[in-house]
Amino acid sequence: MTQRITVIDYGMGNLRSVAKAVEHVAAAGDEVLVTDDPKLILESDRVVFPGQGAARDCMAAISDHHLNRAVLDAARSKPFLGICMGQQVLLDFSEENGGTPLLGMISGRVRRFSGGVAPDGEMMKIPHMGWNQVSQHYAHPLWRGIEQESRFYFVHSYYVDPAQPELVAATTDYGVSFASAIAEGNLFAVQFHPEKSADAGLRLLRNFVQWQPSIQEYSRAVNTRD
Amino acid sequence: MLAKRIIPCLDVDAGRVVKGVKFIDIRDAGDPVEVARRYNEEGADEITFLDITASSDDRETIEHVVEQVAGEVFIPLTVGGGIRTADDIRRMLNAGADKVAINTAAVFNPEFVKEAAERFGSQCIVVAIDAKQASGEGDEPKWEIFTHGGRKPTGLDAVEWAKRMSDYGAGEILLTSMDRDGTKIGFDNALTRAIVDAVPIPVIASGGVGNLQHLVDGVKQGGADAVLAASIFHFAEYSIGEAKRFMQNREVEVRL
Repeated sequence: MTQRITVIDYGMGNLRSVAKAVEHVAAAGDEVLVTDDPKLILESDRVVFPGQGAARDCMAAISDHHLNRAVLDAARSKPFLGICMGQQVLLDFSEENGGTPLLGMISGRVRRFSGGVAPDGEMMKIPHMGWNQVSQHYAHPLWRGIEQESRFYFVHSYYVDPAQPELVAATTDYGVSFASAIAEGNLFAVQFHPEKSADAGLRLLRNFVQWQPSIQEYSRAVNTRD
Repeated sequence: MLAKRIIPCLDVDAGRVVKGVKFIDIRDAGDPVEVARRYNEEGADEITFLDITASSDDRETIEHVVEQVAGEVFIPLTVGGGIRTADDIRRMLNAGADKVAINTAAVFNPEFVKEAAERFGSQCIVVAIDAKQASGEGDEPKWEIFTHGGRKPTGLDAVEWAKRMSDYGAGEILLTSMDRDGTKIGFDNALTRAIVDAVPIPVIASGGVGNLQHLVDGVKQGGADAVLAASIFHFAEYSIGEAKRFMQNREVEVRL
């Protein structure tokens, strides 16, 4: 069965590599669409929500493209993958830009790394840039075939700190242990860039395009949100 | 823990890899797409393309190279060489590059780095620095910036310049020792250390790698966040996998 996978384009960052990577792992008949059209987003079978840049600019861009509602509806109703800023903006509030209110779908804050020196004497440079290990918290379908502690590519200065610890699907250490992946029902969101993380990243994207969240997963998501 | 990165560098002239490449089972050794694919399979953490095309007519070809590589190699890609305007950056990013390396244009117009970082984000702006030792025997070590592939002196102090570029929003420094480039006697680790200690952003050491111990020294003595090499990988003296295992055995954190 063919499907349509939408990559939400709201002008924040280069989506070409995300779209290319999704095309690379999608089935032959699948359509990968890059769009900011709320109608097309809501008509698609699954949604990828990337993003780069500062929190305030991202929120302004989402609003300018009239996407607040579509993003939230998609995140509640179909397999949804947030990447980088597409993970962060799902929370309530970011410390970035002197404090920025976010979409508020997941309660919690986005915090800045404090930097400093690690116990081994290594400088914790900001941004956290490069390949770091992702420690999976449980056997989510999107981790299928990906080894525990696999390395993924990160570029960011802020990280999500969800209020509900049970939403954490993976953590990564960088001076602090932070939620590098969160999951709730049909929603999965990662801080790292699967589209730039070689085989591990492509495997995660392949798992996503094949993911069929169970009825229980959907209803759990609805129950926790209402 | 964050891994130290190994970055193979390809010099590209009019769409072809120069500095001979001798992969045994690659049909067309000069095809950057095939070389990039191989490096990716071997476990490269990023790939840097240095466009050394002299003729402006051929400049578009690097875009096509990046476009093709980005369609099948899913690791970060950096493009340097001839990046002079915001439009150059936009075109490279649109072609699929994740970062651009700015060298000569930064020296002539430092504000360009500031504008580029503001417009495109620091994460995609690498400032490339070509430095040569400028101090005599026994003096306090000093390095001077050169442009045009190391041919033109600028009078700028390398450490001061790196600090300024970092203040202007550069996300990373690609530091090449002109004294060591092509010598195969190892990085100038004193230079790397001086820059690493001066700036809060990642530093990529380049110039002089002749064996795998040099990569380890670049990280341990120089303090580099990433090491860049061309010829040892091009001539298949070592694979990237071998380099990473060697580094891991010497307690350098790498992605295997």
